[in-house]
Amino acid sequence: MSASGVAPVRDAASGEARTRLADVGARLAPLLAGALSIAAFLALWQVVSKTGMISEQDLPAMTTTFQELWTMMHTRDFWAAFGQTVRGWALGLSIATVLAVPIGIFLGSSQFAGRAFRVPIEFLRPIPSAALIPLLFLTLGTTLQSEVFLAAFGAFWPLLVQTIYGVRDVDPVALDTARSFGIGRFERLYRITLPSAIPYIATGLRISSAVALILAFTAELFMGIPGLGQIMNVAESFGLTTQVYALAVATGFLGLAIYMVFSALERRALRWHPSQRVGAT
Amino acid sequence: MSKGAYRATAIAAEVAVPVAILLAWQAWTAQANDPKFPRLSTILVEFRELWLFSQFELHVVPSLTRIALGFGIAVIVGVAIGIPLGLSRRGRILAMPHIEWWRAMPPPALLPISIVLLHSIGDRQKVSFIAFFCLFPILLNTIDGVRGIDPALMETARSYGVGRFERIGRIVFPAALPQIFAGMRTSLSLAVIMMVLTEYFSSTSGVGYVLLISKNTFQLAPMWAAIVLIGLLGYLLNLLLVLIERRVLAWHRGWRAAAAQ
Repeated sequence: MSASGVAPVRDAASGEARTRLADVGARLAPLLAGALSIAAFLALWQVVSKTGMISEQDLPAMTTTFQELWTMMHTRDFWAAFGQTVRGWALGLSIATVLAVPIGIFLGSSQFAGRAFRVPIEFLRPIPSAALIPLLFLTLGTTLQSEVFLAAFGAFWPLLVQTIYGVRDVDPVALDTARSFGIGRFERLYRITLPSAIPYIATGLRISSAVALILAFTAELFMGIPGLGQIMNVAESFGLTTQVYALAVATGFLGLAIYMVFSALERRALRWHPSQRVGAT
Repeated sequence: MSKGAYRATAIAAEVAVPVAILLAWQAWTAQANDPKFPRLSTILVEFRELWLFSQFELHVVPSLTRIALGFGIAVIVGVAIGIPLGLSRRGRILAMPHIEWWRAMPPPALLPISIVLLHSIGDRQKVSFIAFFCLFPILLNTIDGVRGIDPALMETARSYGVGRFERIGRIVFPAALPQIFAGMRTSLSLAVIMMVLTEYFSSTSGVGYVLLISKNTFQLAPMWAAIVLIGLLGYLLNLLLVLIERRVLAWHRGWRAAAAQ
């Protein structure tokens, strides 16, 4: 940016053109290098499998795997399962958000409540939600409710903790100023506390969106609830290794898409934040 | 309310709320009389019989060993790769697409593949699986930590003729350490989850295995005892890491406290 701003002063036409070309090159080169790096990995996968370094039975060739994925993508079953996984994920994440954000605001804004619930939260938070699978088996059974419960339980904690931190990090001067101007409790919450906690909540959402997907998939794989995890489980028990790989790639793409959407949201939420402004200069 | 009285009530609440939750649990399970939800007191008796310490060596030790090995490998590899990547823009350009892909991959999607690829449902598969997925939080945090180092610090060291390796050992590593610990905390809680998942999916020993077997045979008190144990393991391991972090980063905190004054 600064380079192209300086160029016209020195040399009118050719210099600017050259800098612009160099600018484009400087921006394209990393993208190209990244793409080449991915291509190299895929080629390596192909070679390792085709030369038998790892037998094709254990590691189907890259081309075979993507062919299988392409074929699967033309079946209705695949998209039905895909939709079921996304549904479990979305419901779990929504329920977690609806619960975690208000509770987080309450626990974050009241010092007393924060201390009272510190120990239970500290204790419940690191509990691996995977440990609840057998319990869900026996209570809710192999139903969508089990999947949603597991996803919501896992997604709840990161979001809760982020919200609490976000609310505690509100500038006390801004709050005191608002109070001395006679702005009411709810308006303070809405105008000051929430906006300044939003970046934290966005970070929590990014973490929780990944956790919810992991647990939705886990519920399907372990409990046989319909979805991508369930068809992977079936493929595995029939020894259809290529299908297992193709499904793993599909799940990876779903994870990547979710990650990209939520980190874009996070960046947007952070745009106005002082930390970003300082970082930008 | 005076300040002292307020503080006293807060501390009282901090103790009273967890106690109240446990009492409510006991009261509810006693009243419900549902075999799926045995009384808390029954679970605790079962817990003592199983884990203190008759089955401890048989099932808890293998699980803890897998966590320790997998997590340890992830820390060493994550820091060893993360520091050069943090220092080299070119390295990052080449490595980031792969790191972004694997960190976004939901781990259970690779569980069946890990068994096929490694021809194992034993420690080899479990430790590799744990290590692989614990790697990414540590790696990403190390890269971030290294990138956040004040460039003036590095320039100064270079102009004083401090060699490359000494710069890494004396400046880069210590400066990135707080963030490396942040990554380690995320990874450790992941390690416990991976341990349960891999053992629950296929194994012959471990806490996750006990969980599976007691569920399949409808032994509900042992199942609950295993759930409580896993919760305790997650809590205690996290606590242990926080204590280590406090010790290792004491210089860092001290320095910050001094700077704030």
